[in-house]
Amino acid sequence: MARIIGGLTSSHIPAVGNAIANELYEDPYWKPFFEGYPPVRDWLNDHKPDVAINIYNDHGLGFFLDKMPTFAIGAAHQYVNEDEGWGIPQLPPFPGDPKLSWHIIESMVADEFDITSCQELAVDHGFTVPMQLFWPGAPHNPDMPRTVPISANTVQHPIPTLNRALDFGKALRKAILSYPEDVKVVILGTGGLSHQLDGERAGFINKEFDLMCMEKIVTAPEELTKISRHELVEKAGAQGTEFLMWMMMRGALGDKVTALHQNYHIPISNTGAGTMLLECAA
Amino acid sequence: MTASEFDHHTTIPGTTLFDGEQAMKGYQLNKMCYSFNVASARDEYLADPESYYDKFKLNEDQKRACRNKNVLEMIAAGGNIYYLAKFAGMFKLDVQDVGAQQTGITKEAFKEKLRKAGD
Repeated sequence: MARIIGGLTSSHIPAVGNAIANELYEDPYWKPFFEGYPPVRDWLNDHKPDVAINIYNDHGLGFFLDKMPTFAIGAAHQYVNEDEGWGIPQLPPFPGDPKLSWHIIESMVADEFDITSCQELAVDHGFTVPMQLFWPGAPHNPDMPRTVPISANTVQHPIPTLNRALDFGKALRKAILSYPEDVKVVILGTGGLSHQLDGERAGFINKEFDLMCMEKIVTAPEELTKISRHELVEKAGAQGTEFLMWMMMRGALGDKVTALHQNYHIPISNTGAGTMLLECAA
Repeated sequence: MTASEFDHHTTIPGTTLFDGEQAMKGYQLNKMCYSFNVASARDEYLADPESYYDKFKLNEDQKRACRNKNVLEMIAAGGNIYYLAKFAGMFKLDVQDVGAQQTGITKEAFKEKLRKAGD
């Protein structure tokens, strides 16, 4: 049977894609950010997951406002990183696992989550940057897992509630644990933490709120569901709503997790950048 | 029921929540910006911006905001930042340029503001 071994979180700031392309690992601006990743890579190297479920939010590449799915699940053989328009380097396609994708879609819809299934899905920096951070050289890292991308809408309100995001993760857990093949799965929750790109409040970052979220997501994710969407925008910034992805990830890990590693750094680009490694109880 | 019960718009200072109201207002502008994912569309726009505005049926407010490359005006005209970023990218403006422009400070001052958020 499939097992979920842990969850990884990462910000997915596009500037990171450029910093990787230019190998700025030792640059004083970037070093405190990149230093957050080797312990996660060591853990991945020890456990070598077969599949990475990558929960991210599309930023106007895979979806447009003509049809905006609240929750979309990739069901493709591969995922192409297409041109996003502003010049971060494009990566080769990432291998999918359509059989697992369809199992998850079947299980989630049976569980009354109404899913948009995607047999083609162009993936943007929200998906690729964390992959590059966790598996250097991605997708050509020899340990690169197969992937199932899941995108939630944070482009246009109404966005899902934090409670719905956590419940989505729980249903995702049920789906994965009922998969008959013996595969090891990690769940990525990408995006955030606090940032706001638009309006007179652009540049808003909230360290206190971010650190509270990083603490509660380990031990008391249910408490975070009390935060309304309005309050999330207010406290995390307009794009800090990407914290929804972390909640979806957390829901899939089960009740008890151990935080093996975490890093938080301000600023990377306009963002409070958070990285976590959460291991599931055996 | 009163009309206000159908008003889902909420107010956060300095923040325009991109909701149904904004989505209706900005559809053509955002559709144009979405097209800039494709290199040939970017070339077509840069060769003749005015024809490209008409091709996407932008209204006068949207055209003016684009001509001015003014992000706050583009948001007021219904623009969504994720799509506007593709417009800004064509002019090599990054999110700190865009942030500085919207807050009326220099890029250096804006970056310093971000850095200070970590103290």
